[in-house]
Amino acid sequence: MNTNPDAVRQPLLQVSNLAVDFGTMDGVVHAVEGVDLEIAPGETVAIVGESGSGKSTTAMAVIGLLASGGRVAGGSITLDGRELVGISENEMRRIRGRDIGMVPQDPMSNLNPVAKIGTQVAETLLAHGLANRGDVQQKVIEALSAAGLPDPERRAKQYPHELSGGLRQRALIAIGLACRPRLLIADEPTSALDVTVQQTILDQLEEMTRELGTAVLLITHDLGLAAERAQRVVVMHRGKVVEQGPARQILEDPRHPYTQSLVKAAPSIAAARLQPEVFEQHRETDAGEEPAVDNIVEIEGLRKVYPIRGQAEDFVAVDDVSLAIPRGKTVAIVGESGSGKTTTARMLLKLIEPTAGTIRFEGNDIAKLDRAQSREFRQRVQPVFQDPYSSLNPMFTIERLIAEPLEFYKRGNRAERRARVRTLLDDVALPQSMLQRYPSELSGGQRQRVAIARALALSPDLVVCDEPVSALDVLVQDQILTLLGDLQKEYGLSYLFISHDLAVVRLISDYVCVMKDGALVEAASSEEIFTNPRDPYTRRLLASIPGNELGIAS
Amino acid sequence: MSAVLPPAQGGEVLDTVAVGQADLRSGGGFWNDVFRRLRRNPAAWIGAVIVLIFLLVAALAPLIAPYPETALPGTKYITPTSIPGIGEVDGFPHGLDRFGGDVLSKLIWGAQASLLVGVVSTALGLVGGMLLGLLAGTFGGWVDTLIMRIVDIILSVPNLLLAVSIAAILGQTPSAVMIAIGASQVPIFARLLRASMLQQRSAEYVLSAQTLGLGRGRITMSHVLPNAIGPVIVQGTLTLATAVIDAAALSFLGLGGGRPETAEWGRMLTYAQNELAIAPQLAFLPGICIAVTALGFTLFGEALREAMDPRTRAR
Repeated sequence: MNTNPDAVRQPLLQVSNLAVDFGTMDGVVHAVEGVDLEIAPGETVAIVGESGSGKSTTAMAVIGLLASGGRVAGGSITLDGRELVGISENEMRRIRGRDIGMVPQDPMSNLNPVAKIGTQVAETLLAHGLANRGDVQQKVIEALSAAGLPDPERRAKQYPHELSGGLRQRALIAIGLACRPRLLIADEPTSALDVTVQQTILDQLEEMTRELGTAVLLITHDLGLAAERAQRVVVMHRGKVVEQGPARQILEDPRHPYTQSLVKAAPSIAAARLQPEVFEQHRETDAGEEPAVDNIVEIEGLRKVYPIRGQAEDFVAVDDVSLAIPRGKTVAIVGESGSGKTTTARMLLKLIEPTAGTIRFEGNDIAKLDRAQSREFRQRVQPVFQDPYSSLNPMFTIERLIAEPLEFYKRGNRAERRARVRTLLDDVALPQSMLQRYPSELSGGQRQRVAIARALALSPDLVVCDEPVSALDVLVQDQILTLLGDLQKEYGLSYLFISHDLAVVRLISDYVCVMKDGALVEAASSEEIFTNPRDPYTRRLLASIPGNELGIAS
Repeated sequence: MSAVLPPAQGGEVLDTVAVGQADLRSGGGFWNDVFRRLRRNPAAWIGAVIVLIFLLVAALAPLIAPYPETALPGTKYITPTSIPGIGEVDGFPHGLDRFGGDVLSKLIWGAQASLLVGVVSTALGLVGGMLLGLLAGTFGGWVDTLIMRIVDIILSVPNLLLAVSIAAILGQTPSAVMIAIGASQVPIFARLLRASMLQQRSAEYVLSAQTLGLGRGRITMSHVLPNAIGPVIVQGTLTLATAVIDAAALSFLGLGGGRPETAEWGRMLTYAQNELAIAPQLAFLPGICIAVTALGFTLFGEALREAMDPRTRAR
C-alpha cells in the first residue's frame, strides 16, 4: 500500500487553506487558520499537536461534525475531487460512515450504553445500504471478527458495559470500518487505554486499514506514536500547521522551533533521567543496600481488601506490597489502571486504612500515631494529585490556596506567611500577579505548579505524586518534571511517584516498582528496569512505549 | 472529549516558564464568572426586570397604592347584579371588587403579601433542608440513611396535601401557610444539597484537605459547602416562584385565614369565581399577576442555573 510519491496520482483528501471559526461568548475564536494537507489513497498521515492546537477541529471539519458554534470560514476540503465545504447535511450524511469512517477517542462514552454491540454495528451497515435484513447478522460478525474481537458471535449480543476498554475500542473500529470507507479518521484512538492495550489496538488498526487500502488521518498528541504509525506527520500549533513532512524527517531533523521543542520534550523518545548525577551517587551505595540505607518510608506486606456486596469473594486492591523509599530519592510505582498503585499511594497518605501490613515513616508505624504525631506526619507528607482541575478548590484564590496549610498549622505570623507564599510562588516559577487569581483562570500546567507550591508550603520531607503530569500536554509535562527534579535537589525531597507511563517514569525515578493486579511484579533501580527488565510484564510495558523501536532515543 | 469541544481559549497551549499573564482568561472568581455570563443572557434580564418591578411594587405599596390595604372606597357603585369593570368608574382604573374595594390597590398590596409568603416560606424550606442535607452529606453512614428515608417519606406525600394538612393542624392563619409551604420544600433542598456535597466530596481538593489533616467540620464548611451551594441557590430562586403559586393556591382553598377584604392574590381569585359570569376581570387580573411573577423568578432562576452549570461554563 505504500506511498509512492506519484505525481500523476490524485490525492484522496485535499485540504487547502482551511479556516474554522468558533463563535463564543467572548467573540469569534479562530480555531484553525490556513491549514493545508493532503492524503494519498492508502496513506497514513498523523496530525500532532497539543490540546488547543486545532488538530481535532481540523479532523471534525473534514467529516462535517464541528461542535456547535463552529463553522468553516474559508478554504476547501475535497474528497476524491469532490468539494465537501458547503454541501448539504443530507449529502454529508451519506459520505459520513460510507466514505469517511471515524474512530473516536473515548470508548467509554462513544458507544450507546443501552444498545447491544451487534445492533450498533448493524445500524451503520443498514444506514448505508451495505447490508439487508437477511445478511446483516452475518456481516456484523464479519466486521467484529475483522476488528479482532475474540468470539464475535457472543460479543455482538453483549452490551458495552460488559466489555473492557480495549474491546470497546475494537468494536468502535469495527463500526468505523464496517462500510469499508476510503478514509478513516482516528482521533486519539488509544489515549484512553492502558499502554499494553494501546499497542495491540494500533496494530489491529494498521493491519485492517492496510488490507482494505484505507487512508488514515491519525490525530494524536504523542509525537512518538505518530512517527511510528504514520508515513507523514503534520505538526499543528495554535491553529496553524507549523511543519509537515515524512515522519522520520520530522523526528530527526525538525526545522521549526516548535517542532524542535516538541521532539526534545516527548518523553517517549527522550533519553534518560533528568538528573543523571543522582545515578552516580546511587551507584556507590549499590553494594550495601541493606539496613544501612536511610529509608524515609518502609512498607511491608501492605494489603487492602474491599468486600464486594453480594459476592463471597472480596476484591483485593493491593496484595502484599513491600517497598522502601530512600531519603532524597524518587521511587516510582508503575502500573496500568486497576493495578492498585493509587490505593497504595493513598494508604501512605493515611487516607485509606490498610487491611494488613505496616507503613513506617521515619521508623514509626503510621497506623499507631497519636494525635500530636499524626499532626506532625501530616505536615511532613504532602500530595500532588493527578488532575489539576479538581485538586484546587475553585472558590479559593491562589494566595489562599497556598497559604491554607500555613494558616492551619499557624506557621509564623501574617507577614511571614505572606512572604512564604511569595517565595513558594517563585520556587514554582509563577509570577506574583497570580496571587489574586482563581484556579479557573490558569492553564493546566500553571495549576499543577500551584498544587506543587501548596504541597511544599509546610516544607515536607516526602511528596506523594499521583500521576502529576498525565493530564498535561507534552511540553508542559516536561516543564513540570524538570521543576519536580529541581525542587528535589534544592530541598532534598523524597518522592513517591505514581504513573502509568513508563516513559515519564524513566525521566524522574531512581527506583521503579512495577505493579499488576494489586501485586508487585518487579522492583529495581530505574537503570535496571529499563536496560534489563526481568519480568515478562515489565518487558511488555516497555515494548509498548510508542516510538521505542525507532531508535531515535540515545 | 477534545473531539467535540472547541479549542480552549487562552493559555493552555504553551506556558513557557509559565509566565503567561497575557493569556490568562478574563474574569475573576466563580461568582464573577457567573455574573458575567448572567449579564449576557437576555432571559436573565427579562427575569430580573420582572422580579425587580415586583420587589419595588411590594416594597413601595404604602406609597403607590391609591387606597389602604383593607379600605372599601367604592361600596356605593356595587349592586348585586353589576360590578364596575376596568375603566368604568372614574378613580378606579382597574374597577372594583364585590365588596367595593379598589382592584388596583388590592393587586399592589397583594404583591406585598405574596412576597412575604414567598420569601419567608422559601427561607424556612431552605434553612430546614440545608440543615438536613448538611448533616446527611457530612456524616454519611446511618445518619445519611436515616435522614434520607425521612425525606423520602415527606417527598412521597403530594406537596399541596402536605401543606393542607399542616395548615389544617396549625389553623387558618397566614403564618400557617408559610410554615406549610416551607415544610413541603424541605425535602427538595435536603436532597439537592446532599447530592451536590457528595459530588464535591469526591473531588481531589477534598483529598488534599484531608492530607493536610483538616477536620471533618472544617473541610465541610470551608471546602465542600461553598462549592456545593450553587444548585441550592438556583433551586431557591425557582422555589420562590412555586411558593407564590402555592400560597395563592392555599389562599384560594381558604386556608390563608383573614377577612374577605384582605388583599391577597389567591384570595382575590377565591372570591372572583363567584362573579366569573359578571366580572371575569376579577379573576384575570390577579391570575396574570401570579403568572408573571412566577415567570420572572423562573426565568431568572433558569438563567442562574445555566450560568453556574460547569458544562456550559467551560466555553
